[in-house]
Amino acid sequence: MIDRRTTVKWMLAASAAWPLLRRRAARAEASAVSVQGYGTDPNLLTVYHPGDLWPLTLTPDQRRLAAILADLIIPADESSPSASAAGVVEFIDEWVSAPYPRHQRDRGIVLDGFKWLETEAIRRSGTAFAELGATDQHAICDEICDVSRAADAKRDAARFFALYRDVTAGGFYSTPVGRKDLGYIGNVPQARFDGPPPELLRKLNLP
Amino acid sequence: MPFVTAGSQRNAYDVIVVGSGAAGGQSAYALSMEGAKVLMLEAGRRYIPATETPMFQTPDLAPLRGVSTPHKPFGFYDATVDGGWEVPGEPYVRASEERSSRFEWWRARMLGGRTNHWGRISLRNGPYDFKPRSRDGQGFDWPIGYEDVAPYYDKVELLIGVYGTNEGRENTPDSPPECLLPPPAPLVSDLLLAQRAKRLGITAIPGHKAVLTRPLDYERTPARLHPHNVTAQRILAEDMRARAPCLWATPCGRGCSIRANYQSTTVHLPPALASGNLDITTDAMVYEVTLGPRGRASGVSFIDRTTGRHHHASARAVVLAASACESVRILLNSRSAQFPDGLANSSGRVGRYLMDTVGSSASGQIPLLESLPPLNEDAADGDQTYVPWWLYREQRAGKLTFARGYHIEFGGGRRMPGYGTGAGMEWLTGGSYGVKFKQDVRRYYGSFVGFDGRGEMIPNERSYCEIDPTVKDKWGIPVLRFHWGWSEHELQQAAHMQRTFAEIVDAMGGRMHRGPEQDPAKAIAPGGSIIHEVGGAMMGSDPKTSVTNQWCQTWDVPNLFITDGAVFVSNADKNPTLTILALAWRAADHILERMRRSEL
Repeated sequence: MIDRRTTVKWMLAASAAWPLLRRRAARAEASAVSVQGYGTDPNLLTVYHPGDLWPLTLTPDQRRLAAILADLIIPADESSPSASAAGVVEFIDEWVSAPYPRHQRDRGIVLDGFKWLETEAIRRSGTAFAELGATDQHAICDEICDVSRAADAKRDAARFFALYRDVTAGGFYSTPVGRKDLGYIGNVPQARFDGPPPELLRKLNLP
Repeated sequence: MPFVTAGSQRNAYDVIVVGSGAAGGQSAYALSMEGAKVLMLEAGRRYIPATETPMFQTPDLAPLRGVSTPHKPFGFYDATVDGGWEVPGEPYVRASEERSSRFEWWRARMLGGRTNHWGRISLRNGPYDFKPRSRDGQGFDWPIGYEDVAPYYDKVELLIGVYGTNEGRENTPDSPPECLLPPPAPLVSDLLLAQRAKRLGITAIPGHKAVLTRPLDYERTPARLHPHNVTAQRILAEDMRARAPCLWATPCGRGCSIRANYQSTTVHLPPALASGNLDITTDAMVYEVTLGPRGRASGVSFIDRTTGRHHHASARAVVLAASACESVRILLNSRSAQFPDGLANSSGRVGRYLMDTVGSSASGQIPLLESLPPLNEDAADGDQTYVPWWLYREQRAGKLTFARGYHIEFGGGRRMPGYGTGAGMEWLTGGSYGVKFKQDVRRYYGSFVGFDGRGEMIPNERSYCEIDPTVKDKWGIPVLRFHWGWSEHELQQAAHMQRTFAEIVDAMGGRMHRGPEQDPAKAIAPGGSIIHEVGGAMMGSDPKTSVTNQWCQTWDVPNLFITDGAVFVSNADKNPTLTILALAWRAADHILERMRRSEL
């Protein structure tokens, strides 16, 4: 039995030390995921939506933060919509709610990262990350967007950001708008395949 | 009544074929098309590519954008059913978990086995590859030479359809005219590789892959494959006409509903079933070859996986084609007073000298390939280009620290984006996010190239499997325990691959995230992980040191044959499937001939 004083001490320790926080979070959140996955012989022709195979587990607050951060990474521009408009928040919720070891590990990193963002926002401005203006949000992200340049104390936060950027990009570029953004024009049946056009090869000095 | 249950099988067959993949499919095809009554037993479920293949599904329609999970280790849309690195309820044991001495075993439990998802790379072994010991004193020689197998390579290429070119390279055999289909046009990255590798003295040529780049010649090929057999010719001609050529889209690893690439289920089994001579029972887990009078095999015992009940089937001859390790497992589990150490194991060689392919990979980023205009580069799903081993002379002169060669499989292009697109790019972008990140992903998309080295492993004493003394699968069948070890030849070869990749990337004007891996133990992929495991029941010319003769016939039991990769004596850098197919066809012709002479 853990008394309240111990719990408070843990929380204080957690706010200062990322690894402790992560271990605790991973244990606490593991119980949230209990479904067995899709098995070794799933129907490959069904269209699956997030939530079809295992319950989504992010809270409304977490999903709000998930959307803000995903859109900081992939905002709308002249070529394509933002990550959240492409359904990436649902995908991230599916990802961190999945029962597989990789996803459960990522769940711990993402939820710890969310907590770190909130803590950092409060430390800087006394408000939740979502309530910060774009400049302040960028100021936090700028310090954690590259693991190799992040301060030692922010290395774990930077690793979280790197993972979150990967998941956001993976969720976005695998959708129709993401494929279009990159100029992917395949996955259509063709009668013949002729290779690259001669004018492109000339430009690249290729035979 | 081609698909039969345990209760509706005939009383007796000419041949029982255990397994339905490359070896089983080819064995059953060659036997049944020439009139033998064949029963095929497949441990997995029936699988119908025409209705089950996700041809144009995009990642956003799959769970988790289709990424690899323990249930689908090669991604959600990979064709593998009930398999992967683990099969539920059917464990195997690793004697070691160390990276350098662990063995991983990919299995499938489905009709067609691993041919449904395989890479389709179809390379002939060359003359050197059958006589490696004579050349460098390592390993063993095969009891046959290239000239013995060449006619069957021809037949297999004509039947399944393989694209490629004849380049006259050393120990990289040309095919006779009309055997090969034309290769797909090269991608921009293929052309850049060929141009730049040439400056290093490395020659890149079109790959060989079992994909139809045009319709098969259904008018002339059937007569070449089945001379004097009008019925077989008619059946095959009809079936070849029904196979569509590649439509230049969708990954081959999902299988192909239009039958444009080779899988047993789309190429071997349909005509074999149409002959009326093939019965197939799926969900039939064979665990023992039974012995009859005069030391001959009487049939096999199997478990119906749907009921758990045990059954027996009889035939004049038994062909094991369950995959190298599964066939070994069946032999070792077939113990009797006459064969206390397992059937056909008087040599003690059953399970010995397992081999995989030496594997090492790297990728590079090529600025010349950045920001290309939109191009459809799906082509035939990669492997347009490869580099056959090019340092034979240096090896002969003793200039290398390893005895055998490797080839390089190359990939690039503007492939379908998916999970992983835009990931791990900090080393290029400095950690950009926002609009700049989107610009960066556009810039770098399609500019990455990948290299997979695939090299020859020399068989050794430390790489083998045996029956685990305690562990059984959910059916109560004792399971395999694997032991694994590399020699310096493989380790040095893997490190050499890494240096070559770095040189090629450099010659392409590119860069690698991390330099080449020069710790050989880290450069080499774990044993079994390339899924080219062969050996374990090698053929030979001496019953004391081999399990089968050159016809895949076991020395100890004259009507028992092994036609999968278990009989391999060496494992050349060439991917093994084409050789498995050729040897299985050769063995089937031998079985037919002996049956006609009433010797079986």
